[in-house]
Amino acid sequence: MYSRVQTWWTILRICIEERLVYRGDFALGTLMRFLPIITQIFLWTAVYAAASRETLPGGFTKDDVIAYYLLTMVGRAFSSMPGLASGIARQIREGEIKKFLIQPIDLIGFLLLARIAHKLVYYAVAIGPFALVFFLCRDFFTDGWPEPEVFAAFVASLLMAFLLGFFLEAAIGMIGFWFLEVSSLLFVYMLFNFFFSGHMFPLNFLNAYLPDWAQPIAQFQPLQYLAYFPAAVFLGKISGPDLTLGLIAQAAWVVFFMIVCRVAMHRGFKRYSGYGG
Amino acid sequence: MAVIEIRGLKKSYRIYQKQEGLWASLTGLFHREYREVHAVRGIDLDVEEGEFVAFLGPNGAGKTTTLKLLSGVISPTDGEAHVMGFVPWQRTNEYRRRFALVMGQKNQLWWDLPASESFRLHQQIYRIAPEEFDRTLAELTELLDVGKLLNQPVRELSLGERMKMELIAALLHSPEVLFLDEPTIGLDVIAQHNIQRFLKHYQEHRKITILLTSHYMKDVAALCKRVVIIAKGQIMYDGSLAGIVDSFSTHKVLTLQFVDDHVPGNLGQYGELLETVPPKVKLRVDRSDISRVLSTVLADYSLEDVSVEDPPLEEVIAELFTQSSNAADVDEPEPANA
Repeated sequence: MYSRVQTWWTILRICIEERLVYRGDFALGTLMRFLPIITQIFLWTAVYAAASRETLPGGFTKDDVIAYYLLTMVGRAFSSMPGLASGIARQIREGEIKKFLIQPIDLIGFLLLARIAHKLVYYAVAIGPFALVFFLCRDFFTDGWPEPEVFAAFVASLLMAFLLGFFLEAAIGMIGFWFLEVSSLLFVYMLFNFFFSGHMFPLNFLNAYLPDWAQPIAQFQPLQYLAYFPAAVFLGKISGPDLTLGLIAQAAWVVFFMIVCRVAMHRGFKRYSGYGG
Repeated sequence: MAVIEIRGLKKSYRIYQKQEGLWASLTGLFHREYREVHAVRGIDLDVEEGEFVAFLGPNGAGKTTTLKLLSGVISPTDGEAHVMGFVPWQRTNEYRRRFALVMGQKNQLWWDLPASESFRLHQQIYRIAPEEFDRTLAELTELLDVGKLLNQPVRELSLGERMKMELIAALLHSPEVLFLDEPTIGLDVIAQHNIQRFLKHYQEHRKITILLTSHYMKDVAALCKRVVIIAKGQIMYDGSLAGIVDSFSTHKVLTLQFVDDHVPGNLGQYGELLETVPPKVKLRVDRSDISRVLSTVLADYSLEDVSVEDPPLEEVIAELFTQSSNAADVDEPEPANA
């Protein structure tokens, strides 16, 4: 066990070092992410003025929506996986994946550690700007900080959002074993993600217009756990038994995609070795 | 017992055939034609512990496919193979900790980091004890003379330096079997020589089993006592390098140096004239004819010097490759529809 932990730590350390090679590009990319906030504030002010209503579906006031948007940024900082699926597909196409067939190392475990390293470096760079933006926008959080147990649930949902995002996108990358190029597939996924993860607006707005038969799907679909769910938990929009059920459903999706990802890898390796490398 | 045992190993691929043009691209969406390619067509081979064996063959002969099969990257269509008792394509970690594969055209090191970081990672992946790791690394860096380059990002190393680092990475866990696929490809003569010298020294000291594929006859001549020639997925020859000439060369080269600059015009009757630079003439003479021709020319002409040589090895092998590909083309199957 000790030696295994040490292996993980070494992989993590080396991945962090590799990320730091590109620190300039990273810092710039991080700062650019904050620009859309200003547009969002203007947009929602205009939407609420035009709708001439205090609240929209789900009991969201204008301030709530802007606070929600800021929180989904936190959620996406955990769940978005830039370059993961396309990276796996590229490794398959260019034959780099062989390394994982020849060396005694687990592909998914290695990718997960590399992604944790990626995220840690990102947080180290982004925590300053994030803190500043939240401080400047503190008035939009009309209820202030949530209760400790709600905050704990928020943190748990963020960590699971990371795992869910990772296994979901890694599974898409594994499709590269069958189709050498996954970029169009990834585009379709991004499109769905854009609407159904709730990172542009609270899903309550969307779900209010869905037909009855689609409601159960909307309630349990996996993408909402990438951005909507953690933010809604923080703002107290999901509480009590709904919160517990939500966390269980999120955990179930994590396990589901973990299995999908591993099965896809095994079948992919089998196909790869059958058809030539 | 043999370290590597191969019996009736076969590997075929289906390759998508696309005709030229847009129309063909569109119809290809609905109906595709495939061609069956038999990369390896039934190979039997035994390699004993401590042998250094070279695979020779033209491009597409099946050398790399065989190495991929033995390292478990691909699984065969038919046949079996055991390396140190393991079936390679089962890919057990036990097996993977005991062999290494180096591909001259593929990079295993982390591009943006110094090689020392990749080595550290290998230490963990292969569970190498710290003392052993330090000792092996010191030994290998000294042998390859790359101590100063360990802390330089890999992307800033020359091709030759990078290949040395690849070799170190592959040998850190002291593999018992090493597969080398074109390890000197693209390297200059000095770098090639350095790598050869290192491999020879390492193999003699460690007594590990090495299978090497290469296009450079010099690699093979410098390193391997045993040569296996593969062409069109089959073994054509298995023996010593010198034996190739004996088995496959049908002629010898006879050089005659005449006393004066006058060269007789009727030498063509003894064999094919290769070169005439008075007073020297080079003739290609059938092996069976050589003693008769030699005694005739010695009796008929006044000669300053005579020599009989085997044709150059490269030439014999090139001829052998051409013959084998002509022979194998005959039984190439028709495209299969799928």
